[in-house]
Amino acid sequence: MVSLQDLNTSKKITWCPGCGNFGIIAAFKGALVELGLERERVVVVSGIGCHGKMADYVNVNSFHGIHGRVLPVATGIKLANSGLTVFGFSGDADCYDEGWDHFCHAIRRNVDITLIVHNNMVLGLTTGQTTATSQTGFRTKSTPFGAAVPPLNPIAHAIVSHGTFVARGFSGDPKHLQGLIVQAARHRGFGYIDVFQPCVTFNYLNTYEWFRQRIYKLEETGHDAGNRWKALEKSFEWGDRIPIGIFYKEERPTFNDNFPQLKDKTLEGMQIDKVNVDLILQSMS
Amino acid sequence: MNALVGFCKTETSLIIDTTMFNQWPDMENGDFSFLIGGEAGAGIARAGFLFAKACMRGGLHVFGTNDYQSLIRGGHNFYVARVSDREVFSQMDFVHLIIALNSETVVLHRNKLVPNGGVIYDKDDLSQTREEPNSSVKFYPVPMRRIVIEELKEPHNLIIMNSVALGAATAVTDYDLNLLAELLKETFKPEIAETNIKAARIGYNYIKEHFEANFEHKLRKMAQTKSPRIFLNGNEAVGLGALKAGCKLYVSYPMTPTTGLLHFMASNERDFNMVTIQPEGEIAAINMAIGAAYAGVRAMTATSGGGFCLMSEGLGMSGMTETPIVVMVGQRPGPSTGLPTYTAQGDLRFVIHASQGEFPRIVIAPGDFEECFYETVRAFNWAEKYQLPVILLTDKYVLESEVSAERFDMDKVTIERGLVIRDSYTESRVYGRYEVTETGASPRAIPSTAGAIVRANSDEHDEFGLVTEDPAVTTTMCEKRMRKLYYVKREIEERNIETTKFYGSEEAEATIISWGSTKGPIKEALRLLSAEGKNVNFLQILYLHPFPKAKVEEAMNKARKTAVVENNNTSQLSSLIRDHVLRKVDHKILKYDGRPFSPIMLAERIKEVL
Ligand SMILES: Cc1ncc(C[n+]2csc(CCOP(=O)(O)OP(=O)(O)O)c2C)c(N)n1
Ligand code: SF4
Ligand SMILES: [Mg+2]
Repeated sequence: MVSLQDLNTSKKITWCPGCGNFGIIAAFKGALVELGLERERVVVVSGIGCHGKMADYVNVNSFHGIHGRVLPVATGIKLANSGLTVFGFSGDADCYDEGWDHFCHAIRRNVDITLIVHNNMVLGLTTGQTTATSQTGFRTKSTPFGAAVPPLNPIAHAIVSHGTFVARGFSGDPKHLQGLIVQAARHRGFGYIDVFQPCVTFNYLNTYEWFRQRIYKLEETGHDAGNRWKALEKSFEWGDRIPIGIFYKEERPTFNDNFPQLKDKTLEGMQIDKVNVDLILQSMS
Repeated sequence: MNALVGFCKTETSLIIDTTMFNQWPDMENGDFSFLIGGEAGAGIARAGFLFAKACMRGGLHVFGTNDYQSLIRGGHNFYVARVSDREVFSQMDFVHLIIALNSETVVLHRNKLVPNGGVIYDKDDLSQTREEPNSSVKFYPVPMRRIVIEELKEPHNLIIMNSVALGAATAVTDYDLNLLAELLKETFKPEIAETNIKAARIGYNYIKEHFEANFEHKLRKMAQTKSPRIFLNGNEAVGLGALKAGCKLYVSYPMTPTTGLLHFMASNERDFNMVTIQPEGEIAAINMAIGAAYAGVRAMTATSGGGFCLMSEGLGMSGMTETPIVVMVGQRPGPSTGLPTYTAQGDLRFVIHASQGEFPRIVIAPGDFEECFYETVRAFNWAEKYQLPVILLTDKYVLESEVSAERFDMDKVTIERGLVIRDSYTESRVYGRYEVTETGASPRAIPSTAGAIVRANSDEHDEFGLVTEDPAVTTTMCEKRMRKLYYVKREIEERNIETTKFYGSEEAEATIISWGSTKGPIKEALRLLSAEGKNVNFLQILYLHPFPKAKVEEAMNKARKTAVVENNNTSQLSSLIRDHVLRKVDHKILKYDGRPFSPIMLAERIKEVL
């Protein structure tokens, strides 16, 4: 079983000191140890952005893909080999802007993977522009007069897209986040966690302080995570009080379950050198 | 002025006259073409398929192709098939029998009818009655609609008219009705089959009772020598190749003309223990395929030009991450949506250059149904051995035309997966997914291999897949990837793999150079020319990238004159030849109206440049 040391790579970490990504990586490594997974059976798929560097910093299998395409790549991997535990790491622009069309579809398919979105409400790596989750009025170099349109509500979208595990975490509380990651990974189906991740360099608005003053934990309020309507109601809570924790959870067949040909088998394990197509040839003659 | 005339001269400006028919050597030798036409939704393609396949069952060779518009109801569809006692490679310019399910069919295609040809049409459709007192054409009015409504009592199922018509066609050509009946039985559910067989019988008997048996162009059954042939289209040939190659994930968003492949793979996924996915779009399609391939599965996607635009970034990621995938591109006329249901060869340059940066890829353009099968299998082998994307460049004409083909020889097929590490990695040095090797291909550990951490990276990376911006490593890695093409070329040479094919005698008045689906019409045109004593040979370029420079150069050196034949406006192959061989071709015979070349028209245009 893996230890925390095993999970380090030779790469020097290049995130800004104090960046919220440190909390996420700590929570993730802790979760891997807690889950007792073998490194060779874990795959990290990451997008492009500051968050994408997760692939370099955690010593497990990884696919560092292109901007916005974490979910289709992760879906392909899981279809190929359900024995792998797949974690997607995406950014708010990566997932909710460039990759938005994959988000609802991967959720409704209920692909058995975990998606962690580093939601810093800004494009970090491109030096600070607005994203789909930037607050209205948020001023950046690309929106000098403030973002004009209201942000997307990814949690609500996940719930209405038939999400089966919809949660929000805060990188300033890595212990709590670690718990969420462990539960999401154990969940049979699509485990989705949107993580508030302060960008200390480009987001002057949504700081650690800003989040700390507002967030509270759903599980401490007796929230019923089995109730879709209550979950949806909670997902609209924004302003002075913002909930984190598990909004909604249910059991439903996973994407792979739809394919009887995958029962007790993986595509990766199939023998391919003796495929017989005679039956089709017969039907064509 | 002259330039303008030259520019506008496409085949449609050539008028066929009947003397051309007489030039055709097979006119008296059991070469027969029929055309069935009607509104979209009238089951034209199905009816054409059934009659064509019935011909194959009688031992004849068949080539069928359909022409339809991008709409679901109304409009005009037709299916034209050529039936012969020898192998046929394309449709013919003229037809012997028109089976008209609407009047438009006669209006639009009457000029393609040979002397003594026949027309079967609906007797009660007055708009269709067009007897020609002094012509040799034989008209066969059959009350198709009335038969369906009154005799079969199926007023809401007028589509059955086409079975009546097929029965009538069988009688006119004096063919075997049992073959058609058998096929109807295999195609439909029992009750529906029964009605259609009855319909065909009524149509058949109507002809036998009302008309003299004096139609000149009869269909004669032939004894089949080898094992029974198969009737299939290009999509199915590629699909069979993919299944045989062990493709375990097929992901594709519907787009004509590749949708048939999606249907084929989906209908076979359970029997073949593979998975077919229709995702949210082409970007998802290629990324899913890449994910699965990274995890060790043979994966494929297909689309047409528009979808391939969306796949471009993913294609480059396959190149950079060295993840093997096969992408079939089925061309249709562009730009943009273009003519969605027609054919073209306008994407050659596009697929060779698509995506930013430089990375190795292989582009293969199957020209016929056999090549669709064998080259698909080979595409998977190339992809895995050299860990790069392989593009199968096809088009509407080859994908949606149908042919009676000899069964593919499964003994010719091999599965080569290259350097794969499974289960456990035991070497003392740390595993590096991008280990620098002589051929450029690194041992590929499949994730879940004990002792190996497998890192794929779309950023420039070091041997371990970790991001780098170091200039020396960047140079090394770029060269490592690009080197693969050199070794692909070397393997092609060592194993004598056919990257070009040559048809005809060495000594000829001219050499045609072409690629892809123009192959069929070219082979037919050459036959036609040779019957006239004109000797022309043909170089087919099967591999467009890497370009088989030496072979093309050699053929050009021997040629007295060269002419490139292509379904595009800018003669993209000529420009490739110029790039690689540093020579101009003498003539370009181009067609870009969405329709394939046909033999007589093409032969005429070749004659012009001789
Ligand atoms: C197709 C494409 N478009 C644009 C970019 C440039 N780009 C690099 S990172 C990035 C966005 C990063 O924002 P986010 O996903 O929120 O990640 P963060 O840096 O905030 O973690 C963009 C647009 C790219 N790499 N690829
Ligand atoms: S720019 Fe922002 S998100 Fe990126 S590393 Fe720095 S603090 Fe973190
Ligand atoms: Mg961001």
